[in-house]
Amino acid sequence: MKKSKLVLVGNGMAGVRTLEELLKIAPDLYEITVFGAEPHPNYNRILLSPVLAGEQTVDEIILNPLSWYEDNGITLHTATRVDRIDRVRRRVIAADGSECGYDRLLLATGSKPFILPVPGRDLAGVIAYRDIADTRAMIDAATRYRHAVVIGGGLLGLEAANGLMRRGMQVTVVHLMPWLMERQLDDVAGRLLQQALEARGIRFRIGARTESLIPGDGGRVTAVRLQDGSEVPADLVVMAAGIQPNTALAEAAGIHCSRGIVVSDTLQTITDPRIYAVGECAAHRGIAYGLVAPLFEQGKVCATHLAQFGIGRYGGSQTSTKLKVTGIDLFSAGDFMGGQGREEIVLSDPYGGVYKKLVIEDDRLIGACMVGDTVDGAWYFKLLREGRKVHDIRDRLMFGESHIGDAGHEGHTRAAQMADGDEICGCNGVSKGAICKAIKDRGLFTLEEVRRHTKASASCGSCTGLVEQLLMFTAGGDYSATPRKKAMCGCTELSHQDVRDAIRSEQLLTIDGVYDRLGWRTPNGCASCRPAVNYYLISTWPRLARDDPQSRFVNERSHANIQKDGRYSVIPRMWGGETTADELRRIADAVDKYKIPTVKVTGGQRIDLLGVKKEDLPGVWKDIGMPSGHAYAKALRTVKTCVGSEWCRFGTQDSTQMGKDLERALWRMYAPHKVKLAVSGCPRNCAEAGIKDVGVIGVDSGWEIHVAGNGGIKTEVAQFLCKVKTAAEVLEYSGAFLQLYREQGWYLERTVHYVNRVGLDTVKALILDDAAGRKALWDRLQFSLDGEPDPWFEFEAAQVDLRQFRALAAPAAATEGA
Amino acid sequence: MNRWTVVCLVDDIPRLGARRVARERGLPVALFRGAGDSVHALLDRCPHRGGPLSQGIVCADGVACPLHNWTIGLADGCARAPDEGRTPTFACKVEDGKVLLDADELAHCALDLDAAAIGSCRHG
Repeated sequence: MKKSKLVLVGNGMAGVRTLEELLKIAPDLYEITVFGAEPHPNYNRILLSPVLAGEQTVDEIILNPLSWYEDNGITLHTATRVDRIDRVRRRVIAADGSECGYDRLLLATGSKPFILPVPGRDLAGVIAYRDIADTRAMIDAATRYRHAVVIGGGLLGLEAANGLMRRGMQVTVVHLMPWLMERQLDDVAGRLLQQALEARGIRFRIGARTESLIPGDGGRVTAVRLQDGSEVPADLVVMAAGIQPNTALAEAAGIHCSRGIVVSDTLQTITDPRIYAVGECAAHRGIAYGLVAPLFEQGKVCATHLAQFGIGRYGGSQTSTKLKVTGIDLFSAGDFMGGQGREEIVLSDPYGGVYKKLVIEDDRLIGACMVGDTVDGAWYFKLLREGRKVHDIRDRLMFGESHIGDAGHEGHTRAAQMADGDEICGCNGVSKGAICKAIKDRGLFTLEEVRRHTKASASCGSCTGLVEQLLMFTAGGDYSATPRKKAMCGCTELSHQDVRDAIRSEQLLTIDGVYDRLGWRTPNGCASCRPAVNYYLISTWPRLARDDPQSRFVNERSHANIQKDGRYSVIPRMWGGETTADELRRIADAVDKYKIPTVKVTGGQRIDLLGVKKEDLPGVWKDIGMPSGHAYAKALRTVKTCVGSEWCRFGTQDSTQMGKDLERALWRMYAPHKVKLAVSGCPRNCAEAGIKDVGVIGVDSGWEIHVAGNGGIKTEVAQFLCKVKTAAEVLEYSGAFLQLYREQGWYLERTVHYVNRVGLDTVKALILDDAAGRKALWDRLQFSLDGEPDPWFEFEAAQVDLRQFRALAAPAAATEGA
Repeated sequence: MNRWTVVCLVDDIPRLGARRVARERGLPVALFRGAGDSVHALLDRCPHRGGPLSQGIVCADGVACPLHNWTIGLADGCARAPDEGRTPTFACKVEDGKVLLDADELAHCALDLDAAAIGSCRHG
């Protein structure tokens, strides 16, 4: 079959990223031709500033070397400007007269600098700041001339000024507006930034309008005249007064443009469905994005349509800004200007050079603007994107994420101050240097890519904030993870919530049914989505949906925990952490009989037998004769207790009995993640109920119930839910909370993350304010658990495939004459 | 010359699941069954840290190692990019619902590779 022809006009980051996404999902669909006006392969335009400042070289910022185009069979025309599109004959015509036909055309022509219409703009020594040629011209000028003027005190202008200053020029920034970066910063932050740059030797003319550029002998610019009549000497003038989408080619072809080439949510031009546009040249819902993350998102969506999958919609992006001037920390996102109905939280320390402003509207963070201390930029940006209510953390909001429970590794919160050899990811042993190198060498832009390539942040995730910071200042200033909803995995665009909702509303009962109905890309899903979908089915439709053991992680299939050498650990259930001589004797006998190498007491008041061979598991279970402890499952683990009023001279309540009752009521309960409970008999809280999913604390007049604590990766103190009088109430309230979590939680979301996502108020409204609803939740939980088998004894009912415990025998080796 | 020998029926292996074939010498061989009746055979050892692949979650064309979630291709034994590494494959075919392996290959191939061991270690 003859391949269709795809032509890309514009060999830059957005266009080439789209091709990369397309090649991933449909490598053989198109014969691809690329036209680029510059003589270079695709490079990282964001990193031109470090090149100008002498911190990186041009070679280092190449993203796709020429060999990449060759390897993927792409015809590349560099230094070839496309002049015309013939939409009738479906051909593009280049300036050198060459022509190329297309079936699909992708426009990624980017933007062009805005050149002030002042006399002298054509003089030698007057340039814009857009590409490698401009950068080289500036580097060259810096070696031969003394004075530079940058017109425009925005992001680009300041980076240019900094680079030229670093190369030894005397630089003056002429800025029309009343303060620097007026679209990203408020006046206070703008002035702080100006002070910091002045301290480095850059001069400023703020609120000054350029009137003309004055030629010297030989026709080169020699000065900039301002409207007040004053003159600033200039051998080099850099125009950085803004950019505009480069739409000339599209407009000439009759494609509708309005502040960019107008595209739909599928990135198709609204004029011609064969023609797509991505990147800075495209106007989506009236916005032309100039930052890298939105362009990449557009590229991804566009690729799925080019690949004829017809899925994916681009819904716009939220963006944040960071200045790439080494040593100056600046971050801004969202709407940071105050106003009516808005509340501002401000921290200002002019002497220390720190200014932080958070803007809140309707209990949500809508903007952040920071100079000097930007550690929490990624965190604020996340809050802003998610639109999470902030009243519960408002008093600590200004002090950053580390003040709400996340201490980070070794207390590190500032990746920039860490040495290259310092470890960022403690799970996988990845250093800062290794991550930065991977980001640079492999051209990584997203957290997901860093995880795949380096494994950093891929296990427990507690170093995610640090990795995001590294991405910000290694890959470019505007790293921003913009998708408003996160896809469940690579098999679908749908989020966990989408899938949960569809399973309920469409009454889906099987995994295949879900994949079929929701258009999964893979025939059998993957190791991420299968366990999640299986859980959603059985938790939504108890007794109707059938559990699928092959979609469970090995631990839940073998009902034991796999260890690093492939052997298993066995933890029997000890109700409330109490045991007997008889149980201990059976355990001891089993340890001897099966030669179990390690016996350990766990933190959950149980006994762990480590190093059991898989084939021995059924025998160990039978000999011990105790119920499954589910220590291997996303399910109720332990109910930890103190001895309580029965023995303790301080005890006010019988916590051990309460714990046993809770455990007997809740065991065999599968959940989105593991669930741990504790019951203490008095406020001294020896059972550590404050860091459990449900923590119950006995007081003289009854029981306090705390929820959503966690003693794991990040220590999270449980939040007070309510106080009740009787043991029966403890069961009902705790059970109702856990059933809510089971019905609404996303797979692998612990209670703390679930409650943070929906808000404790929502949980309280459903559990405390709605007695009938609480009762119904508790009833549904009991219905789900009633008759659930113990997988260590009721193999058939629990669908335990006993074949897994027996290896097949290999045939004997060949013998002579066989 | 292959010496094809029946080791089990296709139906002895769960759909989207695996069985282990114990060998006299060397690590076991894992048999993987796809959603239909296709069967692949790999050494039961992840190229990363030696995890038992037979215990992983099986998808259309790969298995996720239970230890650190590397995905290993069932047909070629190769780790999915950007991970690198390869586990030895074994010849395997299905006839009349029976799974056949090459007895000579089972007896002689990949005998030098060890299983993962417990004990403290540094990241490799």
